[in-house]
Amino acid sequence: MAMHNLNTWDWETGKKLVVDTTKWKDMFGWIEEPYASPDGERIAAVVKTGDMEFSVCENDTPWQNTFDKIWYLKFGSDNRLTALVSDMGAWTVAVDGVAWENTFDFVWNTKFGADGKNITVAAQKDMEYFAVTNDIPWETRFSDLSNLTISHDGKRVAGVVPTVMIKQGDIFQFQEGCYSAVVDGKPWDATFVNLWGLAFSHDSEHVAAEVRTSLYDYTIAVDGVLWDKVYTSVWMPQFSPANGSVTAPVRIAGKWTLAQDGKPFWDRSFAQLWHHMYSPDGKKIAAVVATKYGRWTIAVNGIPWSLTFGDLITDAVFSPDGNRIACIGKEDGKWTIAVDGRAWGEKYDMVWQPVFSPDNRKVAAKVERNGHYTTVIDGKPLKKSYKALWNPVFSPDSKKILIKGIEGDPDDGKYFRQVLPVTDITG
Amino acid sequence: MAEPAIKRNDESYKIVDEGIDKGIARLSPEKIEQVINKVLAAETGARLKTYVETCVHCGLCSEACHYYLSHDNDPKFSPAGKVKQTIWEILKRKGKVDPEFIRDASRIASTECNLCRRCAMYCPFGIDIAYLMSVVRRLCHMLGVTQLYIQDTAHSHSATLNQMWVKEDEWIDTLFWQEEEAQDEISSLRIPIEKEGSEIFYSVIAPEPKFRAQLIYQAAVIMNAAGVDFTMPATPGWDNSDQCMFTGDYEMMGRLKKAHFETAMRLKVKRIVMGECGHAFRSVYDVGNRWLAWKMPPIPVTHAVEFYYELLKQGKIKIAKKYDKPVTFQDPCNIIRGKGLHEKARYVVEALCEEFIEMHPNREHNYCCCAGGGVINTGPQYKMKRIKGNRIKAEQLFATKTRGAKVIIAPCHNCHGGIEDILHHHGLDMELHFLGDIIYKVMEKPV
Repeated sequence: MAMHNLNTWDWETGKKLVVDTTKWKDMFGWIEEPYASPDGERIAAVVKTGDMEFSVCENDTPWQNTFDKIWYLKFGSDNRLTALVSDMGAWTVAVDGVAWENTFDFVWNTKFGADGKNITVAAQKDMEYFAVTNDIPWETRFSDLSNLTISHDGKRVAGVVPTVMIKQGDIFQFQEGCYSAVVDGKPWDATFVNLWGLAFSHDSEHVAAEVRTSLYDYTIAVDGVLWDKVYTSVWMPQFSPANGSVTAPVRIAGKWTLAQDGKPFWDRSFAQLWHHMYSPDGKKIAAVVATKYGRWTIAVNGIPWSLTFGDLITDAVFSPDGNRIACIGKEDGKWTIAVDGRAWGEKYDMVWQPVFSPDNRKVAAKVERNGHYTTVIDGKPLKKSYKALWNPVFSPDSKKILIKGIEGDPDDGKYFRQVLPVTDITG
Repeated sequence: MAEPAIKRNDESYKIVDEGIDKGIARLSPEKIEQVINKVLAAETGARLKTYVETCVHCGLCSEACHYYLSHDNDPKFSPAGKVKQTIWEILKRKGKVDPEFIRDASRIASTECNLCRRCAMYCPFGIDIAYLMSVVRRLCHMLGVTQLYIQDTAHSHSATLNQMWVKEDEWIDTLFWQEEEAQDEISSLRIPIEKEGSEIFYSVIAPEPKFRAQLIYQAAVIMNAAGVDFTMPATPGWDNSDQCMFTGDYEMMGRLKKAHFETAMRLKVKRIVMGECGHAFRSVYDVGNRWLAWKMPPIPVTHAVEFYYELLKQGKIKIAKKYDKPVTFQDPCNIIRGKGLHEKARYVVEALCEEFIEMHPNREHNYCCCAGGGVINTGPQYKMKRIKGNRIKAEQLFATKTRGAKVIIAPCHNCHGGIEDILHHHGLDMELHFLGDIIYKVMEKPV
C-alpha cells in the first residue's frame, strides 16, 4: 500500500485552480485521459506534440523530451510521475520527463515501493525477460516473466519464470514442472507445474507463492519449500505482519477455508473465500467470502457479517487501527460502500475503494452517478459533482479532506485542488 | 432406439493421440474406480441423479444430434447412445471399468459431442445431456486422459492465463500494432489501454492477437466510430476464452474467470463487451462464474452480437451502403441456445445486408458447427472426424447456397473453424465472415 508523506502536503483550507485543462485543447491535437498526483498539485496527460511525437503535459507545461509512444502514466506516492516511453522503438521508463539510460525492446507493469522511491518494471530485450528497478536490470534473463511482485519497501522484486526450456506441445514435460519463482533475478531451486500469486513477507526476506504441483494438487510454497498438505485449489497467500506465518485460502471437499502454514486455521468454510488481508497489527484477518452460492460478505477472523451482497464484494480495507473494515458491495447492478457490516443508504453507478481517516472514525469514497463524480464521507455527499475526480485523502489530523477534481459548469474543464473541513460534507 | 453398436474397426478408433495413449498407459482398474467414485461422490449430486433416473431411453434426442444424422442415424452417435456408452455404464458398474473403457469414454465425450445442447431441446424432460458428457470429461481429466492438443491449450491457460501462450508484452504490443495500423485509416483512432473508469472493457479470445489481429483492428474502428468509451487491459485477464471448461479442469476454469472479472473490477468498468466468441460466452456467463459462486457475472457481460444490436439500434453506427452479397447466418449454440440472441442477430444482419437468406433449421434449432465444445481444440488429427460428423451441416449450407446465399455470417470463432473445414472439404464455394467484418465494410467511418 502506498505511503504518502502527508505532513509535507499543503493542508490549508481553500480551493486552488491548478490548471484549466481546456487550454490543453488549444495547445495539442491529441490529449489522453488525465492523471492527478497524490498531493493534487499536478495533473498530467499524454499529448501529441507533432507527427508521431508525443509528450506529457504536466499542468500547463509539456515535458521537454518527446517520444514516439508514451503510455502507462503513473504517479508514485512521492508524487513523481512515471511513463513508459519509446524513442525510435527503444523502450524505457521516464521519470518526471527524464528517461532511464537503459533501453529495452519493451517495458510494462510499472510498480512502486510504498514510499515511491523504488520503481520497477518488467522488461524484454532480445526475447529475454527480466525486471528493472531504478534503471538497474537483473543480470539473469529468462524466456518469460509473469506475476511481477515487489516487496513493501520496493527493494526486492519477484516473479514467475520458466526455468527449463519448454518444448512446444510437450504436455508431459509441462506436467513434470517447468516453472519457478525468481527473487531479485535468482530462481528458487524447486520447479512446479504452475505458480501464480506471490507475496513478500513484511521484512522483505521471504516469498510465498500459490503453486500447482500436478494437474490436481495445489498448495503454498514458501521460499521454494512446499506446505506438507495439498488442496484442490488455493488462492493468493499472505504473510502475517505479526509473526511471519503464512495464510492462504484453500479448497477442501468443494468448500473454501483459511489455512495457516499448511494447517487448518479458520474453523468454518465458505462457498468462496479470497482476498484475505491482515490488520496492520496482524491481529485480525478479514476476507471476502461467499456464505452461500451467490451471497457475498466480509468475514473477520472467520465470522461473516450478516450483511450480504448478491453481485460482488471487492476492495476491502482495514482502518489504521485494525478495528474497522470498509469495502465495496454490489447488489442488483448498483454499487455502494459497506462499513463494519452496514451499507451506506445511497447506491451508485460505480464506487472506488473506500478510504479511512487516520483517526479511524470516517470513511470517504469517490462515487459516480449518471456520469458525474463526487466524494462521499460516511454516506453524506459533497454537494458538488465533477467531470473527473480522484480518490480523496484525509489530512493527518483527520479534520480536512483533499478533493482533486475537474469541474463541470461554470468552471468547465478547470482542475482544482481543494482542501475542505470534513464537517463541510458531514455537517 | 436400437442398442448402440460398438464397432472397434471404425476409423474413429484409429486416431493416434499421445495424450490419450500415455494417459491410458498410466491407468489401472483400481485407480479408475477410486477416482471415479471420489469425483461422483464429491461433485455430482441431485443433478446427475435426476437426469439419470428421469431418462426413459426414448431416443427422441437422436434426431437432434448432428453426429447421429451425419452418420446415417447410427445409434452409437445418438446423445442417449453416448450416455449409454459412458456415464450410464460407469454408474452401473460403480466405476469398475477398465482403461480401454476410459479411452472410449474420452473419445465419445470429447470428440463426438460438442456440448451444443441441441439434444436438450428434443428431450421430453429437458435433460441436459451436455452436462452428462461434461461429467465424463471431468472424470477423464481427473484420470489424466485428455487429447494432447487441448491439454496443451489448458496448460497455456494455466501458465499465461490465455489460450495461446501469448506473453504479457506480446499482448500489449499487438494492441499498439493494431492501433497504429488503424490510425493509417482513421488518424484519431485510439485503443485506450488501462483507462480506469471506462464504460466498457473490451475482451477477446487469445486467437485474436495470435492469428486474427485484424479483428482487434476492426473492433477498434467500430468502437471509435460509435464513440464508445472503452478500454483494454495491459495485464493477464484480457482473454475471456476457456478450454479448461472443456477438458474438465474446473479449478483452472475458475482461476481464469476470476482473473477476467477481477480485471474488469480493477478497471472500474460498468460492463465487459466481448468479441464474437461463443464458448467464451458460455464460460463467463454460465459455467465459470458459477463455479466461483457468482450466481451471475459480477460485472455484466455483453456479447458482440448484442453490442452491435445496441449500436445499430441507437444509431451510433451508420451504414454507408448495405452489403450487397446475399448472406445467411450461422446461429452459434452458446449465444443462441445459451442466451437467446437470435432475433437481435437477425436485426443486425438485416441492418447491414441487402439480402438475408435463412438456413434451415435456424435460430435455437440450428445445427452445431461441430467445432465447438472444445472439439476443434482436440487437434488436427480429429479434423476429418469433425467434417464427417457434420455432413448435415454441409447439406444445410448447400441447400442455403442453392437458394442464393453466397456468404455465411458466423459470430463465433469455433463456428468459423468448423465451417471453414466443411466448406473446404465439400468444395462449397461460400465466403465466411464475422459480423464485425461486415460492419467494418459497410459502416460510415470517421477520417
